[in-house]
Amino acid sequence: MLSIIEVDDLRRTFIVRRKRGRLRRDRHEVHAVGGVTFGIDAGEAVGYIGPNGAGKSTTVKMLTGILVPTSGRLRVAGLDPSARRTELAKHIGVVFGQRTGLWWDLPLRDSYELLGRIYRIPRRTYEANLERFVDLLDLGALLDQPVRQLSLGQRMRGDIAAALLHDPTILYLDEPTIGLDVVSKAKLREFLRELNTESGTTILLTTHDLVDIEQVCRRVMVIDHGRLVFDGGFEELHRQGGARRTVVVDLAAPSDPLEVPGAALARVDGARQWLSLPAGASTAPVVAALGTRDDLVDLSIQEPAIEDVITALYSR
Amino acid sequence: MRGFRRYSTYRAATLAGVFTNSVFGVIIAYTYIALWDVRPSLGGYDIDQAVTFAWIAQALIAPVAIFGGFVVDELAERVRTGAAAIDLHRPVSLLGLRLAEDLGRGAYHLISRGAIPTLLGALLFDLVWPDTLGTAALAALSIVMAIVVSFGLRYLLGLLAYWIIDIQGPQWIVVLSQIFFSGMMLPLVVFPAWLRTIADLLPFRCMIQIPIDVFLSDSTGTAVAPLLAVQLAWIVILLTAGAAMTQVAVRKVVVQGG
Amino acid sequence: MVDAARGFVVIAGAWVRAALTYRTSFVIMVLVQVVITFLDFAAIIIMFSHLDAFGGFTLPQIALLFAMSGFALGAADLLVGNSEALGRRIRDGSFDQMLVRPVAPIVQVAADRFAIRRVGRIAQALGVLTWALLSVSIDWTVGRVVVLVGAMLCGSVIFCAVFVMGGAFQVFAGDAAEVANAFTYGGNTLTQYPLTIYPTELVKGVTFIVPLAFVNWYPGLYVLGMDDPFGLPSWFQFASPIAAVVFVVAAATFWRIAVRHYRSTGS
Repeated sequence: MLSIIEVDDLRRTFIVRRKRGRLRRDRHEVHAVGGVTFGIDAGEAVGYIGPNGAGKSTTVKMLTGILVPTSGRLRVAGLDPSARRTELAKHIGVVFGQRTGLWWDLPLRDSYELLGRIYRIPRRTYEANLERFVDLLDLGALLDQPVRQLSLGQRMRGDIAAALLHDPTILYLDEPTIGLDVVSKAKLREFLRELNTESGTTILLTTHDLVDIEQVCRRVMVIDHGRLVFDGGFEELHRQGGARRTVVVDLAAPSDPLEVPGAALARVDGARQWLSLPAGASTAPVVAALGTRDDLVDLSIQEPAIEDVITALYSR
Repeated sequence: MRGFRRYSTYRAATLAGVFTNSVFGVIIAYTYIALWDVRPSLGGYDIDQAVTFAWIAQALIAPVAIFGGFVVDELAERVRTGAAAIDLHRPVSLLGLRLAEDLGRGAYHLISRGAIPTLLGALLFDLVWPDTLGTAALAALSIVMAIVVSFGLRYLLGLLAYWIIDIQGPQWIVVLSQIFFSGMMLPLVVFPAWLRTIADLLPFRCMIQIPIDVFLSDSTGTAVAPLLAVQLAWIVILLTAGAAMTQVAVRKVVVQGG
Repeated sequence: MVDAARGFVVIAGAWVRAALTYRTSFVIMVLVQVVITFLDFAAIIIMFSHLDAFGGFTLPQIALLFAMSGFALGAADLLVGNSEALGRRIRDGSFDQMLVRPVAPIVQVAADRFAIRRVGRIAQALGVLTWALLSVSIDWTVGRVVVLVGAMLCGSVIFCAVFVMGGAFQVFAGDAAEVANAFTYGGNTLTQYPLTIYPTELVKGVTFIVPLAFVNWYPGLYVLGMDDPFGLPSWFQFASPIAAVVFVVAAATFWRIAVRHYRSTGS
């Protein structure tokens, strides 16, 4: 089966000029993307994760045609994004986390009307889709408000509907959960999951939050300094990465070191103890085991940062 | 100082502005030359003084913010976002703070968008300069007062945002009046008597006509003291009104919570 | 081409509708536009209280030149005036959004935030034009009508090209949006007056380098039945379409280069 996204030795180099003193300029090359190769099949939900500056946004910009690659081969839905950008635009939807695709000063509804016309969405399809997204993303009360008055979470939901109105085959999301609260993030992840399984929309999600991907995708690509360092499933990632999750336990008073099956004791400091377990393992048994203690005051779970995963990947 | 530094970071924009001012300076200079060729002592100016007027007027456009903006937009924006309430609770006077900042901005604009086109004008045309250092100093003083008058007007406009959030309408009226009655379009000395009378009653002439008349006073023989007095009077009126309105705004914020 | 026009109408239409929902504000803004553009003519009227001819032209004759230039700038400002915001769009990321949509970027840049209030300038120009045509004695022929209307159209195209070039320039020089103003509003101010008041080098500049003189001066000479005071070839008076085509091709090329540059270097 032909991949819907084919990327072969994709490279993107930037020339950065920096001032040295008053007159001299230093010129050096930054390899934002340095030879990335992968293929994504139609209907896949893939996560694209890496630390800040790893090259995630640059890759998405090339996939959408905004940026022209320095070299390499790139095909999306059979089209070359740099050459046939406007044609490709009809088949893709893009959500940029940090800026909106909606019109700031117009009511939300007007933005959708306008997009409906720009994408030439047949009237019936437009109305059906709009109703569906208003319902799924809870936009009813927001439709008549100017976009500028919406909260970040509301705007993000609005942006997602905007990107999907024209039934794109591929949806790109670039850091969509930044700045969102826990509840909004969870709802967003659930929506994307369902979108992928029910509508078969191919999803490429870039983020630096591992949980985003864990909840939405079944495949994760890790990029670091412009290079793909991992491409596979989660168990594999955690196995290779060897990263660990931490359960931070606050007891009523300093106590004997905890012994919990499945978790290793990492550290003790007064009444607080840190338990560590493999990142792929569920914390549920650990939490259940601790929950029976009557001196338990508080408990929190810390996920491994992507940097730790990557460091661990490299060190293996 | 903060105002100066803040606006000096917009270097590309400033250069573009210098270019624009220079282009307009050239066009308007030739316009006045054509006019004064036919009427050699129109309004009490000779042709060189008229050309000087054209260039100094261009130089002053940015410092006196003829097209409005800066503190107006900032105050209005702060009212919209709600930050304005904080301003009024600060121990330092809002008006004083803003005035200082605007003077810094004005100084920057005077040096960059003011001086450079003027020098270009001096290279291309015969400009008239003050004969004595004293007159030059008075001209400088007059320009500073012009900036303060401009600030006074814009500050009042900006404060208006506390009551009528969208001040675009009033701002446009003020800007239009400034363009016409400051002398920027055409020296007020060329205006027919009835228009001149109206212009003399308005503060806008303090922004361009008066400083230039002070600048040219050595050769035109105009009395400088009355002109400076007019500027001073308007400064007192506008800043007093500004301070009073600030107090009213404080009370409004305290009572209604912004 | 049809696609582009459609895209433009669709996007601009949304903004026109939005503007019209605030009826009073819209009317005020249009009036402001009318007044602010009329101020220039008011200044000319005041000048004429001191003389009968300016640069060898009477007030009605200058009114004709003024109106032709004002119309051209007004039409161009209405259609593509927003291209001078390209720098801002690049900075706030909205240009990237435009590249992801199935409509040509120039259309989106021009149509987004379409400001219908700019018809104020056009209306004012047409008003002055009407007065001018009623007050000047013109030896009307079919040719003169064609040249007049043709000049107004070609002049609009020429100013459109200047606006687009100003926008393209911002891809390379970010903050320098105002440079375009010197050519658009400056160009308008310059051509308001008969070119006889300017030195020959300047007139040659606006003939051969930035063809603003073809907006109103050359065709205007023909309509008024006057000889070129600078002695330039009389066929220039019919050359507005040529100037428009040449300049528009240059502008389109520059724009394409600018977008390609943006897509090759990021921001």
